[in-house]
Amino acid sequence: MRIGVTVFPGSNCDRDAMHAVERAGATPVELWHADPELKGVDAVVVPGGFSYGDYLRPGAIARFAKVMGPLEEFAKSGGPVLGVCNGFQVLLEAHLLPGALLRNTGMRFVSRRARTRVEKADTPWTALYGEGEEITLPVAHNEGNYYADEGTIRELEEEGRIVLRYLDNPNGSANDIAGICNEARNVVGLMPHPERVSDPALGSEEGLRVFESVLAAAGAKV
Amino acid sequence: MTNAMKVRVLVRPKRGILDPQGEAVKRALPALGFSGVETVHIGRLIEMEVESADEVEGMCRRLLANPTTEEYEWEVVS
Repeated sequence: MRIGVTVFPGSNCDRDAMHAVERAGATPVELWHADPELKGVDAVVVPGGFSYGDYLRPGAIARFAKVMGPLEEFAKSGGPVLGVCNGFQVLLEAHLLPGALLRNTGMRFVSRRARTRVEKADTPWTALYGEGEEITLPVAHNEGNYYADEGTIRELEEEGRIVLRYLDNPNGSANDIAGICNEARNVVGLMPHPERVSDPALGSEEGLRVFESVLAAAGAKV
Repeated sequence: MTNAMKVRVLVRPKRGILDPQGEAVKRALPALGFSGVETVHIGRLIEMEVESADEVEGMCRRLLANPTTEEYEWEVVS
């Protein structure tokens, strides 16, 4: 299985994501922001960082990069797409996921480990977790405070689209939301960083199953 | 551009949406001795020179503001 990782000017988790993809047993493929196509990959990770310096709003400019056209088509045709941190912000700006990420309520950049609970295992990125399983993942962000209007939050709750929830909310996020998916469940956005805990050398492998899940979901060998 | 017109776009958080920057400034003002500040909201001012104002609305909607969390208004200033 080949998993693409997008690279925008200012992405800084792309190498970590590629390493996690490799450890999960897939082949990482770099997708440059100016690439007009996805090079035939089977899944895409939009990694964290500060694309385009977070100018205007995080993700607002990356959302119009050339590679995003084919990525949007891929997502809409059911291809598995994962956005992590800034990648989550990009997917929101691109309207592949609903809502927005506001400034943390504490007005501080939060960089620490956060305890979370996997709420849904029926997405291609969480298939190998147990529903209700608690995992600790690093967060590192200034705008991680998930916001959507009341109707949208209700819809997310009712449709079981809140994929990951904080047990110790670090940023004021509505309903302790740490990650959501789209209606078709193939597009997932996570604020915490599973790729940063995908190697024993980093002290934990609790995030590795995110990347292994997409292989399992595709029926490939894990 | 010979006939450039100056456009000013004001983007701000929608009412009711948490504005932590505004809150922080609101708390800081009394500490400096300024009293009677009831609310502070912080937005963004964007000034552009454009050939025509025809596309400004589209620019606001697609890029300059995020309609989920922000509202905007714009005017031609000269």
